[in-house]
Amino acid sequence: MTDTKGQGRLLDAQGVTKRFGAVVALKDANLTIDRGEIVALVGANGAGKSTFVKILTGALKADTGHVWIRGQERRVGSPAEARRSGLVPVYQEPSLIPDLDVADNLQLGGTPVEAFQHWVAELGIVGLRLDDMIGHLPLATLRILDLARALASEPDVLLLDEMTAALPTDLVERVLKTVRAQADKGQAVIYISHRFAEIAEICDRVTVLRDGLTVGDLPIEPGVEEKVVELMLGAALGEGPAQATATMATDRADTRLRVKNLAAAPKLADVSLELRRGEVLGVVALEGQGQDELFDVLAGMARPTGGTVELDGKAVSFSHPADAIEAGMTFVPGNRADGLLMERSVRENLALPLLARPGNWGAIRMREEARKVDDAVDRMQIDRRAMGEVQRLSGGNQQKVTIGRWLASGVDILLLFDPTRGIDVRTKRQIYLLVRELAEQGASVLYYTSELAEVPAACDRAAVIFNGRLVDVIEAANADEQTLMRAAYGLTGAEAVPA
Amino acid sequence: MKRLIAKNGWTLGLVALLIALFIFTRLIQPGFGASGLESLSRATLPFAFATAAMAVVVIAGGIDLSVASMMAVAGVTAAVLMDGASDAMAVPLVLLVLGIGLAMGALNGALIVMTRVPDIVVTLAMLFVWEGVALLILKAPGGAAVPWVREMIVGTVLFPWLPKAFVVLVIALAVVWVPIRRSNLGLSIYAIGSDERAAYRSGIAIGRTRIAAYAICGLFAAMGGLSLTLSTGNGEPIPGPYLMASVAAVVLGGVVLGGGRGALLGPIIAVFILRLVRMDLTLLSVDPNVTTIVEGSIMVAVVMLGGILAVRAGRVKTA
Repeated sequence: MTDTKGQGRLLDAQGVTKRFGAVVALKDANLTIDRGEIVALVGANGAGKSTFVKILTGALKADTGHVWIRGQERRVGSPAEARRSGLVPVYQEPSLIPDLDVADNLQLGGTPVEAFQHWVAELGIVGLRLDDMIGHLPLATLRILDLARALASEPDVLLLDEMTAALPTDLVERVLKTVRAQADKGQAVIYISHRFAEIAEICDRVTVLRDGLTVGDLPIEPGVEEKVVELMLGAALGEGPAQATATMATDRADTRLRVKNLAAAPKLADVSLELRRGEVLGVVALEGQGQDELFDVLAGMARPTGGTVELDGKAVSFSHPADAIEAGMTFVPGNRADGLLMERSVRENLALPLLARPGNWGAIRMREEARKVDDAVDRMQIDRRAMGEVQRLSGGNQQKVTIGRWLASGVDILLLFDPTRGIDVRTKRQIYLLVRELAEQGASVLYYTSELAEVPAACDRAAVIFNGRLVDVIEAANADEQTLMRAAYGLTGAEAVPA
Repeated sequence: MKRLIAKNGWTLGLVALLIALFIFTRLIQPGFGASGLESLSRATLPFAFATAAMAVVVIAGGIDLSVASMMAVAGVTAAVLMDGASDAMAVPLVLLVLGIGLAMGALNGALIVMTRVPDIVVTLAMLFVWEGVALLILKAPGGAAVPWVREMIVGTVLFPWLPKAFVVLVIALAVVWVPIRRSNLGLSIYAIGSDERAAYRSGIAIGRTRIAAYAICGLFAAMGGLSLTLSTGNGEPIPGPYLMASVAAVVLGGVVLGGGRGALLGPIIAVFILRLVRMDLTLLSVDPNVTTIVEGSIMVAVVMLGGILAVRAGRVKTA
């Protein structure tokens, strides 16, 4: 390979492609970085950011494309090889071994201890002992240790994936300052973040991914975030999906669910919401902004660390999902496998919530079950060819089963977590209609979606969460993608990027 | 000092339990002394090696159901080869048997890594395979052991109360395990058992480490089979009750099923505890059927107690 394209650059990735079966995750991803540069890598959910990162760090192999490091072409086959060629990542989940102590973890990665301790102190962690077990340390500390370990190995390119998520503010500042200071000394950093303020504060350039393509590479300057948002949305801007039957029930304003100042450490900080009867309330947030914790608390799977939840004016607290179900709160998880018995039949899956109420281990009333199940199958047009085993249904049909089971048993408040992820357009429409139908019958729906375009189609209003806090509530009529995207990135009003 | 106790709490608890049991044994059997200790050590030796073998793979996040069968293969191989062998030939023969153990274990590991069939299934299948191999080598108990090697584990050394079998156990485990434990291989074994994804991201070769862990397991199993042949003087092709006994001792010894936590010391102490309990119950002429019930109850009770104590300790720490 005597291509001169990579010459002179510290790292140069060109024309990287990757497909998973029929899905093309990356079409043409490019990224260059030089010594002393901090380059931000941004993209909306599903733009191919994480696939690109995995390829750069050796966790995945690219189908085509080239990566040059210091002018030499590299085929990175594993994280260990990536490390050897000078690229050290800090992932969102710490890659320290929980059952070993700090010293053992350092030995395992061949990290020099003194340099590590220097960086730990520099990053503001005090009182760390080398014989502390990793599993006993808090998440924020682990992320800092991961960063300190990466810095101590003096990498050519440091890759930080959402480094400041789950960190308290004082540590965020230390991290940003340290990373910038390192870059000024010649360190190259790829910085992945959802937070524009941080990107503007420390980065030199921003590379934008959309639908698996690198669509822009801009220097950081005042007003750049507007351009970046436009680039991230691209052609999707004009389209605008057909407005369904939004904003119909909102005047019947009796509040069913009232969430006040809800917090769940470490990610959910302060969210207040009101969910009315017959309303579909959208929840919009970038990945990891606390929405998982919000739904976990409401579904009785996690306990809040602060705030209150009121149901029909009465304070409630759930210690088990059964409590939430009993109270009429029904959770449909984002990962279909979490909510379904994949090896069992559609019939059993639909009937389960009907029958498995606490304290009901008795005989099953077959005729009643059959009637309700048939009714649900008809209403949702579930594919009847594969009734025997849910796992043989398509993703869309599986999703219909997860929602339909609650239709069959009657639902009061439905918590939907990204119900349309990875399913086809036709099924998506059916799910919007289904949700709308439930709302018309008087149910209230909290609807988290990672696809902004869904909000006007499926919701009455949208609550936007950023960094664990509610930042805005937007009526469906005004909820175009750009407005939502700006809010989701914490860019409110005409607020300028801090210089 | 406090941290040292906290970190090794489980092992210290086991030592205390073992001492209490020794005292109890003296009380019910005032004659229990040097010779009792010697026969206990010799009887425990194969169990201890089986436990060490199991502990290594469990720490690595796996399990090996073929431990007892591999012991049988090693035991009969040693018995057949040593039958009529000269004194001088004994050393290379012992090394050969240990090498066979290493190879059997490595094959188990390689099959798990390459076929991606769950370890419990692969080693269950290999349980039958090695059982068949042992019977092909020796159809009925037979063969012999070179006398001077047999002497290695019979009797006492230095002090009248220090059984040779115990010394052999300590030396064998130390020679194999201490260097590994202090190397990157040892850390990697703990790492893949603790969190495979984090280990992969830390740059550890998962497959190679797993194969190495199973190979070490095979090596310890071969030591167990060899010690069995040495103590009885002939080879036994039918696997003994070592599989379940080793799992029991591993769990009681503080190694978490699922991997990453524990060490070899705890399970070895635990294996002595379990053998001693059995001996005491026999001395008390308790019905053998009741004996197994008592053993099972002790396991659940101790592990449960340990869990409760760990939770307590955790609470104090976070407060």
